[in-house]
Amino acid sequence: MITIKNLYKKYDNVTVLNDINIKVFDNEVFGLLGPNGAGKTTLIHILATLIKPTAGTATVNGYDIIKNPSEVRSSIGIVFQAPSSDDMLSGYENLKLHSLLYAVPKELREKRISEVLELVGLTNRKDDQVKKYSGGMRRRLEIARGLLHKPTVIFLDEPTLGLDPSSREVMWKYINRLVKDEKITLILTTHYMEEADFLCDRIGIIDKGMIIALDSPTQLKEGLGGEVIEMELAKKKYVDKENIDRLLKQCNFVRKVDLDTKKGSLLIYVDDASHNLPAILKILNNTNSTEVESVELRSPTLNDVFLKFAQRHITRKQGHDDEDDDNDSEGGFMERYAQYGNK
Amino acid sequence: MMIMILKGGLWKDMLNMETNNKWIELELVKLYAIWLREFKVFLREKSRLIASTFTPLLWLFVIGEGFGATTDLFGTARFAADTNIGYQQFIFPGIICMSVIFTSVFFGSYIIWDRKFDFLKSVMVAPVSRTTIFLGKAFGGMTTSLIQAAILLIVGFVIGIHYTPLSMVFIVIIILLLSFTLTSLGLTLGSHMESLEGFQLIVSFVVFPLFFLSGALFPLDNLPTWLSILTTLDPVTYAVGALREVMLGITGINSFAMNIGVLLLSAVSLGTVGVLSFRRMRAV
Repeated sequence: MITIKNLYKKYDNVTVLNDINIKVFDNEVFGLLGPNGAGKTTLIHILATLIKPTAGTATVNGYDIIKNPSEVRSSIGIVFQAPSSDDMLSGYENLKLHSLLYAVPKELREKRISEVLELVGLTNRKDDQVKKYSGGMRRRLEIARGLLHKPTVIFLDEPTLGLDPSSREVMWKYINRLVKDEKITLILTTHYMEEADFLCDRIGIIDKGMIIALDSPTQLKEGLGGEVIEMELAKKKYVDKENIDRLLKQCNFVRKVDLDTKKGSLLIYVDDASHNLPAILKILNNTNSTEVESVELRSPTLNDVFLKFAQRHITRKQGHDDEDDDNDSEGGFMERYAQYGNK
Repeated sequence: MMIMILKGGLWKDMLNMETNNKWIELELVKLYAIWLREFKVFLREKSRLIASTFTPLLWLFVIGEGFGATTDLFGTARFAADTNIGYQQFIFPGIICMSVIFTSVFFGSYIIWDRKFDFLKSVMVAPVSRTTIFLGKAFGGMTTSLIQAAILLIVGFVIGIHYTPLSMVFIVIIILLLSFTLTSLGLTLGSHMESLEGFQLIVSFVVFPLFFLSGALFPLDNLPTWLSILTTLDPVTYAVGALREVMLGITGINSFAMNIGVLLLSAVSLGTVGVLSFRRMRAV
């Protein structure tokens, strides 16, 4: 179990982590989701005792990260963002080196090494120098190394960064199997929504060093309310916005209507979309003021969740800014999130 | 001494002998692991081995033969007695030290690469004391320096250097002391540097001055005061002096005991500075 209490990290005048409080339970997969520079890696480094926090503390497996760093290190495995194996050595030699550094008992060393090699599927390449490995293989070797000493907590910092989609899927499978087979607690950072959605039991959304939302992916998505019907309307036709709004909102299953007349896009948040879609189409046809060109039905993604919380965060932040006379400009904030909107 | 360094001031643990012994045993295994990694990488990087053997040979044969043919350094009383020693033989101990300087200082500062490729981070996040990491690296540097020097020592036969079993023992001890000192220096410098750009500074401001000021290429007897002061401050001076005495029987301006004493002192002090630097070094 990991308990993070009132954790702060400041570099000069920049606050990288701002009052972080998180509890991660045993055998949980916990995701830290946020854009680059949000403080995810710093938090992981602090928990792994590589950096000292400015204030506050945390316990990992019952050991305090400041008072018992050595015990913390023995009980965790960590996979860094960039591969950190020695590429002059073979995969096997890298694992051997770390089994010695982690004081894996002599009689268990070879057994553990072959176990983890098998787990990540590198057994037949174990004697090749790491420089001959592909990016995905290097990542898997790092994971094998992280598991070598049977840690109860594993940190994965951006486990699929820079991997192609198919390697990423393979990696997800490994991670899932790992959690099942090895009974570990997993903390992973990512800026891929679908990754957090697929792997995590709970997600903490982190931005500018603050946790702005924390819940299970399902809860976070349900918080948005219902499913989404996305329609494309014929552009040249006259669209009577008020009429459509009024008619749709009369239905009790419609929660929210979002019509952009310029783009000709219509977003309707509804309950039980697949059954209510025909009714909606009928209403739209009857208005005679528009023509539906395409319909898409989807559940809200974490993407939507992210945008919602990020937006709320901006509004709140701006309120603060007025009071504190903080010069930190919020300009470019949405641009930073634009990358999520495009996916 | 060794145990004290390893324990790194955790005095309270020393009261508990049993856990203490176990702890030392585990740290020694970790030290071996770090040393072994350095040794394996050294064996695989053949270009490094070839390059650092070639330069000293170039000096020994081109400068040695070239200057030896025209320079009469040995008109002074000190050398007149033994006419067998030519300039080439005279600089041979200095060339050995040159090889040790290059290998050790570069080896130490290669830690910048370890950091660049995140390997260092993976070692630092393991439950290994910084002192152990330092000593593992230092021993790695000593091993590589000794292998490099051994190749040159064999070349020594060709230019007529005579070895005795006793002189061999001294030669090895001197080389190990010097390489520990200089690897520590390299590791200390490397631990303070963030970027690879600093590497060139080390070459210009550390490696070459250490070599040129050591009296590797000239006797120290009649130097102007400013140069004499600088040679006194260079630890390599004492290694060159000591090697010259055991290889060629030439006593320089310092006695053998003095040379060994200063070398020991430099090894201990630079080793301590290195351990302290490693403890303070930022992991990320």
